[in-house]
Amino acid sequence: MKKIKKIKIRVNGKIKSIPNDYKVSNLLRDINIPLKKVAIELNQEIIDKKKIDKIILKKNDKIEIVHFIGGG
Amino acid sequence: MKNDKIIIANKKFNSRLIVGTGKYKNMTECAKAIKLSGAEIVTVAVRRVNITDKKKPLLMDYIDPKKITYLPNTAGCFTSEEALRTLRLAREIGGWKLVKLEVLGDKQNLFPDMIETLKSTEVLAKEGFKVMVYCNDDPLMAKRLENAGADAIMPLAAPIGSGLGIQNKINIKIIRKQTKLPLIIDAGLGQASDATIAMELGCDGVLVNTAIAKAKKPFDMALAFKNAVIAGRQSFLAGRINKYLYGNASSPKIGIIK
Repeated sequence: MKKIKKIKIRVNGKIKSIPNDYKVSNLLRDINIPLKKVAIELNQEIIDKKKIDKIILKKNDKIEIVHFIGGG
Repeated sequence: MKNDKIIIANKKFNSRLIVGTGKYKNMTECAKAIKLSGAEIVTVAVRRVNITDKKKPLLMDYIDPKKITYLPNTAGCFTSEEALRTLRLAREIGGWKLVKLEVLGDKQNLFPDMIETLKSTEVLAKEGFKVMVYCNDDPLMAKRLENAGADAIMPLAAPIGSGLGIQNKINIKIIRKQTKLPLIIDAGLGQASDATIAMELGCDGVLVNTAIAKAKKPFDMALAFKNAVIAGRQSFLAGRINKYLYGNASSPKIGIIK
């Protein structure tokens, strides 16, 4: 059975609908970026990358996923 | 010159040229310019991952952080809180403790807000960061940053990206005299000779981005800056002659034919 997307969260400023029981690790897989190249903040608090498959996202959660880009 | 290494936060580097990775046409150009510059440290910015464009090239795929030291910066931060948040995230990406702090105070001239910068330096030093601090060319503020636990003092030559070169040599010299910390000119250089001047003033290194990335031929300019930093350092170590108001003949006066 396909999961119904009913929870809205905000990822890097953009609204995203996710199903129940959707973890931070699911999000990282969806975005398709290696974990070792990013840092993740959940509601302004940095989360331990080792624990991302334990954190279930809730309604209105705000996630920031950052990486390094060119800069001076 | 062989053993003349720059030591930043107990780590030795051969190159005294630090380069930025911004403003290049693409990642390939950026990576090649860095290679030609000989830089062992590059500044990088911390930004949101583009979650919609999954094929966007990643900096780490072009510049290997195992070979080149990444120096995460806080470019674009206007408060201490923003800067601290950015650097804590940078550390989380992969254990980066060596960071460049830059808290701006004005959107037009991009001068640093030194009060916010000082506050951030204190917090970061306490949290175990090794902080290289972008600052004004003010000897008193430089001293305060040193007392707050900065690992390198990085005064501007002129506004960021202006290409004006060192505007206040006297202040840079005074800062040089008062500190044993690495002194690195950061921002405002326009051409290779500006780097030589910085090194001849006794600075330990220079940080360059725009002057290389936006030169008509970035690769040639990267090489020019590399040579200019080496020349300036050699000249400084060699010890310049005193200045005289009048001429002083180079050939002996005796034995002139009559």
